[in-house]
Amino acid sequence: MTGPLLDIRRLSTHYVSARGTRVTRAVDDVSLSLDQGQTLGIVGESGSGKTTLALTLLRMLPPAARIVSGEMLFEGSDLLKKREGEMRRIRGKRIAMILQDPMMSLNPLFTVGDQVAEPIRVHEGAPRRTAWRRATELLKAVRIAAPERRVREYPHQLSGGMRQRIVGAIAISCEPKILIADEPTTSLDLTIQAQYLKLLRDLQRSHNLALIFITHNLGIVAKMCDQVAVMYAGRLVEAGPVKQIYNAPAHPYTQALLESIPRLGDSRQRLTAIEGQPPDPASPPPGCAFHPRCPKVMDRCRSEAPPEFRVADAQTSRCWLSTPASR
Amino acid sequence: MKKFIIKRLGLAAISLFLLSLTIFLLIRISGDPAVLLAEPGASAADLEAIRTQFGLDRPLWIQYASFIGHLFRADFGQSFYYRTDVFELYLSRLPASLLLAAAAMLFSLVIGIPTGIIAAVRVNRWQDSIGKIFALLGLSMPSFWVGLIMILFFSVYLGWLPSSGSGTVLHLVMPAVALGWVFAAAHMRLTRSSMLEVLGSEYVKLARLKGLPEALVISKHAFKNALIPVLTLAGVNLVIMVNVAVIVETVFAWPGVGRLLFEGIAFRDFPVVQASILLGGTMIVLVNLLVDILYAVIDPRIRYEG
Repeated sequence: MTGPLLDIRRLSTHYVSARGTRVTRAVDDVSLSLDQGQTLGIVGESGSGKTTLALTLLRMLPPAARIVSGEMLFEGSDLLKKREGEMRRIRGKRIAMILQDPMMSLNPLFTVGDQVAEPIRVHEGAPRRTAWRRATELLKAVRIAAPERRVREYPHQLSGGMRQRIVGAIAISCEPKILIADEPTTSLDLTIQAQYLKLLRDLQRSHNLALIFITHNLGIVAKMCDQVAVMYAGRLVEAGPVKQIYNAPAHPYTQALLESIPRLGDSRQRLTAIEGQPPDPASPPPGCAFHPRCPKVMDRCRSEAPPEFRVADAQTSRCWLSTPASR
Repeated sequence: MKKFIIKRLGLAAISLFLLSLTIFLLIRISGDPAVLLAEPGASAADLEAIRTQFGLDRPLWIQYASFIGHLFRADFGQSFYYRTDVFELYLSRLPASLLLAAAAMLFSLVIGIPTGIIAAVRVNRWQDSIGKIFALLGLSMPSFWVGLIMILFFSVYLGWLPSSGSGTVLHLVMPAVALGWVFAAAHMRLTRSSMLEVLGSEYVKLARLKGLPEALVISKHAFKNALIPVLTLAGVNLVIMVNVAVIVETVFAWPGVGRLLFEGIAFRDFPVVQASILLGGTMIVLVNLLVDILYAVIDPRIRYEG
């Protein structure tokens, strides 16, 4: 197989209201690609479509959502053309996901071992005993002390940090190719956050996972990711290698985001905040969705949405300032 | 926690006191038992003799004080009609009521839980609509009417089931359905809403993300969690069933405490009515108290508010 592990082409997912009168373009014409072992950070404000994009990948969308166009090539074949049964064999086995709230992700009525062993039993048909032995090993891999004892315990007997590690163990249980982590650390306190991020990075290296990391924290992206994709109102406004984009952001939104991060030794008196509110995804402004908040807004931005321009090697930007002529 | 329990016990005692007072006064409005107990055409002196015999000639408040005083010695008095101890009479009828309640409960759960699950899994589709119609019918059709229609259909037209009495499993079928239907509707609605809540939970989402077959997601991860509130309600309802079966037991001539109460009212048998209502009320108050305490044990927020 040649080409990237995952290649998303011009993907759009819309939410349609019950009477079909209101359409929200949660994911709008998004193209992305990801290679084996790479880490892609998807950043954006709440409601920018990050989670919808992840759920689209796994075809786990709520009933009101429709994937209206595009392709999602995973190892060369389009996930959108697969039947539900085939998708089910991909979920948890080839593409795994860690949810936003890992604290609530474990079922309170079943033991840890049961829940970690479950995907192994379902996807690989492993007998109970084998699956439990693997579950114990997985707990060890996510650095849980006394795994032989922990497998027999229930979620309420474990701390938040431990539960989160267990959710991680479930995600890697069938050796997936891609792991999607949707803001996995927002519910944790800072010291545990750092430990968990380190664990994710170590797991990624040891299993050669492609990691999609969804967050609104640019600092985490800088530490964790090779590639970054910035989303705004359902669109990918800028994408490319992390270093390149952090050094030379092309899109005014990315620039504003980077200026709003506090830095050690920063001599500025105040942090720059982005003026205004993110747009209502159900009725985004015409033209470029960022234009009402953009410090560099031009007439053209108010009426015409910019296409994707290539600004540098592997870096793209959806901004009229990024046209080859204006650079 | 101790304070909470003491407060709840106090409230329970007040409820029972008000219940005893209400039933004591209400049953006396129904009329003079002496008229029913005496031979037809009995003289005024005969009636007066009967009233004196049962202490009905004394002032109301003395009758009430005597009634309460005896209650503290677990003495519910003698039945005017059966001339036996009322408490023993009640206990002799209780097993039949428990059997009927158990059968009605079984029916309500066997019907209510699966339909509730189907309605939740197929929410807003035709299966859900049928479930809603079933629940609406169950909650709005009075049990005596359901009972009479069933007797008409299954006993009179088809001749499959005995119309009244007890003794065999066949005798149990119609009263259990008539009594259980409204509870089946209640259990169905709770199963549906509880299941909907669980189906939206993060752990069900994770179960699907694991790639588990939908049948396993529902039967294992969702069902067990959704069942907890339903079983709590069913436990309370079992006690309520024993005490609301008055009409059903009367329609089907089922020899339980419900029919005992009906007879007590019909014959103005004051001690029987008072004992049936108070014992039934005590059961319901106790089971509610138990549930309150159990919830407080589980949920610290309730514990500290109390």
